[in-house]
Amino acid sequence: MSPTNYLLLSALLFSIGAVGVLVRRNAVVVFMCIELMLNAVNLTLVTFSRINGTLDGQVMAFFVMVVAAAEVVVGLAIITSIFRTRQSSSVDDANLLKY
Amino acid sequence: MSTVAVLAQAGGVEALTSTGEAIAFWIFGPVALASALGMVFARHAVHCALLLALTMFSLAILYVIQQAPFLGFTQIIVYTGAVMMLFLFVLMLVGKDSRDSVVEVLRGQRVAALVLGLGMAGLLVAALARSLTSVQPAPGAGLGPNNLGGLGRLIFTVYLGPFELTSALLITAALGAMVLAHAQSSTHEKRTQRQTVIARLRGEHARISPLPGPGVYATANSVAVPALLPDGSIAPESLSEIIESVAVDVPDTSTPDAHSLTGRSSPDRSIDAGEPNDVSTPDGSHSGTEKES
Amino acid sequence: MTTTLPALSALAQEAQPAVGEATGTASLAWLLFALPAAGALVLFLTGRRSDRWGHWLGLLTVVASFVIGLLIFLETVGLAPGERTRELALYSWIGSGSLNVDFGLRLDPLSLTFVLLITGVGSLIHLYSVGYMSHDPGRRRFFAQLNLFVAAMLVLVLANNFVLLYLGWEGVGLASYLLIGFYQDRPAAATAAKKAFLMNRVGDVGLALAIFLLWLELGTTQYNEVFGRIGEVPSGTVLAVTLLLLLGACGKSGQFPLQSWLPDAMEGPTPVSALIHAATMVTAGVYLIARTNPIYDLTETGRLVVALIGVVTLLIGAIIGCAYDDIKKVLAYSTVSQIGYMILAVGLGPAGYALGIFHLLTHGFFKAGLFLGAGSVMHAMNDDVDMRRFGGLWRKMPVTFVTFGLGYLALIGFPFLSGYFSKDAIIEAAFAQEGWQGWVFGGAAALAAGLTAFYMTRLMFMTFFGERRWEKVPAHNGEAYHPHESPATMTVPMIVLAFGSVGAGAALYPVLPEWLAPTVGELRELEGGALPHAVVPWLVVGLSALGVLAGYLFVGRRPVPVERPERVSLPVRAARADLYANAINESVVERPGTWLTRILVYFDNRGVDGAVNGIAAGLGGSSGRLRRLQTGFVRSYALSMLGGSVLIVAAMLAVRFA
Repeated sequence: MSPTNYLLLSALLFSIGAVGVLVRRNAVVVFMCIELMLNAVNLTLVTFSRINGTLDGQVMAFFVMVVAAAEVVVGLAIITSIFRTRQSSSVDDANLLKY
Repeated sequence: MSTVAVLAQAGGVEALTSTGEAIAFWIFGPVALASALGMVFARHAVHCALLLALTMFSLAILYVIQQAPFLGFTQIIVYTGAVMMLFLFVLMLVGKDSRDSVVEVLRGQRVAALVLGLGMAGLLVAALARSLTSVQPAPGAGLGPNNLGGLGRLIFTVYLGPFELTSALLITAALGAMVLAHAQSSTHEKRTQRQTVIARLRGEHARISPLPGPGVYATANSVAVPALLPDGSIAPESLSEIIESVAVDVPDTSTPDAHSLTGRSSPDRSIDAGEPNDVSTPDGSHSGTEKES
Repeated sequence: MTTTLPALSALAQEAQPAVGEATGTASLAWLLFALPAAGALVLFLTGRRSDRWGHWLGLLTVVASFVIGLLIFLETVGLAPGERTRELALYSWIGSGSLNVDFGLRLDPLSLTFVLLITGVGSLIHLYSVGYMSHDPGRRRFFAQLNLFVAAMLVLVLANNFVLLYLGWEGVGLASYLLIGFYQDRPAAATAAKKAFLMNRVGDVGLALAIFLLWLELGTTQYNEVFGRIGEVPSGTVLAVTLLLLLGACGKSGQFPLQSWLPDAMEGPTPVSALIHAATMVTAGVYLIARTNPIYDLTETGRLVVALIGVVTLLIGAIIGCAYDDIKKVLAYSTVSQIGYMILAVGLGPAGYALGIFHLLTHGFFKAGLFLGAGSVMHAMNDDVDMRRFGGLWRKMPVTFVTFGLGYLALIGFPFLSGYFSKDAIIEAAFAQEGWQGWVFGGAAALAAGLTAFYMTRLMFMTFFGERRWEKVPAHNGEAYHPHESPATMTVPMIVLAFGSVGAGAALYPVLPEWLAPTVGELRELEGGALPHAVVPWLVVGLSALGVLAGYLFVGRRPVPVERPERVSLPVRAARADLYANAINESVVERPGTWLTRILVYFDNRGVDGAVNGIAAGLGGSSGRLRRLQTGFVRSYALSMLGGSVLIVAAMLAVRFA
């Protein structure tokens, strides 16, 4: 089996995540889809690390995880504070910043 | 679908890795894909979270079989463990709205998203299929089941600067989350005890003293037991609005009762605390108990 | 000034007299204009508080200026002729790149002559105004503006560069505007002031352009350097400069074709007419041409144009003067005509500069005296100016009659009075020109002398002799006339000016050309020409006598109708209409200007504004539609991002695999 399969899987997961971001309205679910996209990228990094025989890809994936964790913490805090003021977690309801 | 064909074609390439890896991939790859699709289509947010956890778990397995065990376990501990639990907590907080409505408000959004997603997938897959036809894993020196030492060496030597930066980022994120999630009640200022007392003495409340607590003579501390005033009558304020009070013995204050401290009942003097003329019970549908204000 | 001089001395000293530093009394020359300016400032600023003593302050500052001017004059006379041109640099006024203008004064025979004329006549007229304006509530304002005029006029004549001259030039224009419109409640006065200001503006543009041209060519505006280096300038530019300077002179001096503002300026108080519109300001054009004589010396054509303008103007003035019944307007057209003589004189070149200035001085005396006399008559006649209502006044106001009569005799060139010397000299010089010029210039000047005698005689007869028509009709304000002699503050200046009218010519004739020689060059007596010198005085005196006779026959011998006869011959009608100068101005300048303005306004509204507003509306409309893209929905934005990403990936693949 060629390692390309991992990359193909990753591409599909990334696209699924992107579509999820576009079609879901619950902010928490949108966030989950973003996490899915990040994970897809991580899989790519790990696979390339293996193909190249170096560990740098894994280090990069590690950093992605850390940054993603930080992002999740802040993002979820923003979602809760929005929910507290607007009684809604739908991204469509927060649309005041417009024309 | 072309994607499937490409996948099948990729699988048909001469095996460059072990058979066990191929088996694991063909098990967990489709699982990850299916649960990802399920996450996008599931209507209930909790289902989404669980399906995402499954995807991440499958990816963790794939990391491990790709000779990245540290990342695999980090994935399980950090993502499926911590991050997804955090998601579930937030879903609990915002639970009221956790179900998406099926009506799409943005016209053409779903179709456009689908077209663009398929286009993205098709482009990426086509690019990969054309450019990476015969790659195989390099017999890297640092790779292998015990690469944890190499990874640590790399992180703490070459990538020390970025590593320290990520730690600063994490602290900043933690602080930011605290600030954002902290409930700022700007409408109602919190009073100190002293201010409350002064307000009471100024007559800003209905009464100066606190409401009498429930229970009498230590025979019972249940909320359902009304308090008795010194003359033996029932204090109306001690009756709860939503819990039906139990009957209570009113001790005979005219003749000292030797058993009064034991709380033993004397049938002739018991009254029914639930009498409507005793306690004015407002509408029982009140959900909150507001003792003051 | 003195620091840059050595480098240019080689050129400058060729044609120009050496310029010395002003020392001694001359270093006080700045007080000449500073005192009246300070007086004007005080009078303007203190307002009503100085109503009681303000006119005395105004008089005092001008008299002090006159005394200082006299001291400087006496000091200068004591110097050798070659050292009489001195400069006093006060401070660096404008220093901007290569443009350096000093606030510097030039004390030379020409400027000192003017200083004495301005402050001397100015003092007399200030004194006269004390009496004349005694009943006017705006007397303090009047004196403030009169002081401002004196200061500006002194700056004009004392400047040692063109820019400072321009400052004074505009200053007198402003003062003239203010004083013509002094009676603010009269619409006619306001209109006349506006007219004077606008027509002066035409001339001022010419002067400004001339200064720009000189600066462009020579990089300096100092008289000394300009006159020293004018030979370097191409002849075409010199001609342009002289014509532009002439335009400026025409505007200020009421010369053809800008003459029509001067008669209207008589709406101002009579002392103003005497000082500004007869004696001093309107002669600024003559001063300008005399001052820039090194430039005019270089161009025959320029001088010819100047002389032609002078001839045309002196004829126009003399002809129109015969038709008016308004005493001040007759005097005003007489002024126009006499300044025409001066312009003709300076247009004759070296043969006439000194004569122009000479006539300017004598004219300053007798015309100021005539105006003051007219003012005295008006003062006595309820401010009426219509001569048809006068008559037989000589018994009622003897002093006015005598002084006015002497001015009259001086003006018509009665032998051995002022005008005889100065005007005859100009006519002689005109006849001395070669070829057709001698005949045309001389003939026109002599003819105008006859006309002058006619209209002035007419004025005299209508005002002072004949039947007392004012006994038959009430005044314009409804009251009866009570003619009376004017107070001493008014008669004293008239008497002094009458002495000047009689004696100035004889006194100045022998000395003035020599005195002015350092500035305007030696007076060159031309021989030959159209008529020999010996014949001309007889001819002129004869023509003047004919004019007087005609005046007696047409006016003095017959009764004068009180109402103006309307059925008159064509020439009289044309003269009454100012020879259609206003009509010509209106049809040639005003109406096309109005049309042009309308076209420009239309173009501005529709074209410029339309384009600008159209672009703005287009941008506003398109952005109003474009901003609809900002729906506020995050998912729309994310969709655009994904679309962009897909495009980029597609492009990269296309490039990679194409």
